Amino acid sequence: MKKTIKLISVLTIVICVSAFTIVNSNPSNGYKIGDVAEDFLLKNIDGNMVALSDYKDVKGFIITFTCNTCPYAVMYEDRIIDLNNKYASKGYPVIAIMPNDTDIKPGDNFQAMKARAESKGFTFPYLIDEAQSVYPKFGATKTPHIFILQKTLKGNVVKYIGAIDDNYKDASAVNTKYAENAINALLEGKEVKQTETKAIGCSIKA
Amino acid sequence: MKLKVLIIAILLTFGCVNKNKKTEVAIEISKMKVATHHNNIKNVDLEIYDYAGFEKFLNKQDDKIYVINFWATWCAPCVKELPYFEKLNESYKSKNVEVILVSLDFPHLYEKKLKPFIKEKQLKSKVIALDDADMNSWIPKVDKSWSGSIPATVIYKNNERKFFEQSFTYKELETEIKHFLN
Repeated sequence: MKKTIKLISVLTIVICVSAFTIVNSNPSNGYKIGDVAEDFLLKNIDGNMVALSDYKDVKGFIITFTCNTCPYAVMYEDRIIDLNNKYASKGYPVIAIMPNDTDIKPGDNFQAMKARAESKGFTFPYLIDEAQSVYPKFGATKTPHIFILQKTLKGNVVKYIGAIDDNYKDASAVNTKYAENAINALLEGKEVKQTETKAIGCSIKA
Repeated sequence: MKLKVLIIAILLTFGCVNKNKKTEVAIEISKMKVATHHNNIKNVDLEIYDYAGFEKFLNKQDDKIYVINFWATWCAPCVKELPYFEKLNESYKSKNVEVILVSLDFPHLYEKKLKPFIKEKQLKSKVIALDDADMNSWIPKVDKSWSGSIPATVIYKNNERKFFEQSFTYKELETEIKHFLN
C-alpha cells in the first residue's frame, strides 16, 4: 500500500514537472541550421502513421508547417503542391504538418484537413501534430513555416528555415524562390547560400 | 385522384411563390446593408505604407512612448487583444503614450474588410496599413528576433525599445508601459 502511494506521488511529481517543462519550452529554441532533426510519428489524413524513417529512397524532406485557416498558408497552398510535384521525384518530398490546437481552430481539425486536402488535391502527406509536440522541436512559430532537411549519415540535417519565396501575394511577381534555391543547391552538392528567411505568418495556436 | 394532384400542384406553386418573395425581401435588405456600410467606410482614412515609408513610425525621437502593434483582421489573437491596446491608448494619452495599430491585412481586402472593421469597432488609436511583400527584407529591421508571427508589438521611447512576439493582456501591457514611464 505504502509503495503504491509512493509510486503515485512520484508519478504525480513527474507529470507535474513534465507538464511545466512543456509549457515553458520556448518554440524559438527549436532546431538551428546544421542540427539533426529527430524523427517523428504523426497521423496522416488517410489514417496511417507517418515517420521520416519510412522514406528509404529520399535525399531529404521539405517539412511544411501549414493549416487550413491561415490566409497566408492558403495563399501558399498551390506553391506547396508545386514544390512537391517538382521535387518529390528528385528526392525531396513535401511533408505537411498541421500544428494548431483544433479546439481553438476547429477549421483545422482532422475532418477539415481531410476535406481541404481532397479539394486542393494534395499530393503529399498532411499530418496532424495532435499532441503539439513536434512543432516546438522544430521551433516552428507560424504557418506557413518551412524546414528543408537533408538526409545524411548522421541523420536529417536542417539546411533551410523560413519562407517559400519573397512574395506571398503574387506567385508570378516572386523575385527569389528561397526554398527552391536551397533544394537546388543541395541537389548540386553545394552549400545553401540563404539558410534563413523571415515572413509574416499566423502564430501557431497552442 | 386528379383533383388531389391539382391541389398539391397549386399548394406547391403557392409555396414557391411565397418563398421567392421572402428571398427577394432578404436580398433587398442585404443590399441596403451593403449600401449603408459603403457610405460609412468612406469616412475611414487609411494611410498605406511600404516599409520605407513606414519606418519613421519606429524611429521617432520625441520623448513620446510609442506602442506599435502589428495585427490583421484575420488574426484571431490580434483581434482579441485590440481592446487592450485601445484602452491603453485612451488611459495613457495624458502620459505621453501613443498606440499605433499597424495592419498587415491583404491590400485587396482594405475596402471589404479592414475599413469596415475599423468603423465597426470604432478604433480610436491610429490605424495604418503596411503593404510590403518583400518580408524577409523588412521583418528583421523591425526586430532581429521576430520570426514573423503576429501579433507582435514594439514599445519604444527614443532609443530605448522592447520587442514582443506574443499576445498581451491589459495588465501585461500596463506593466510594460510602466517600465517606460519610470
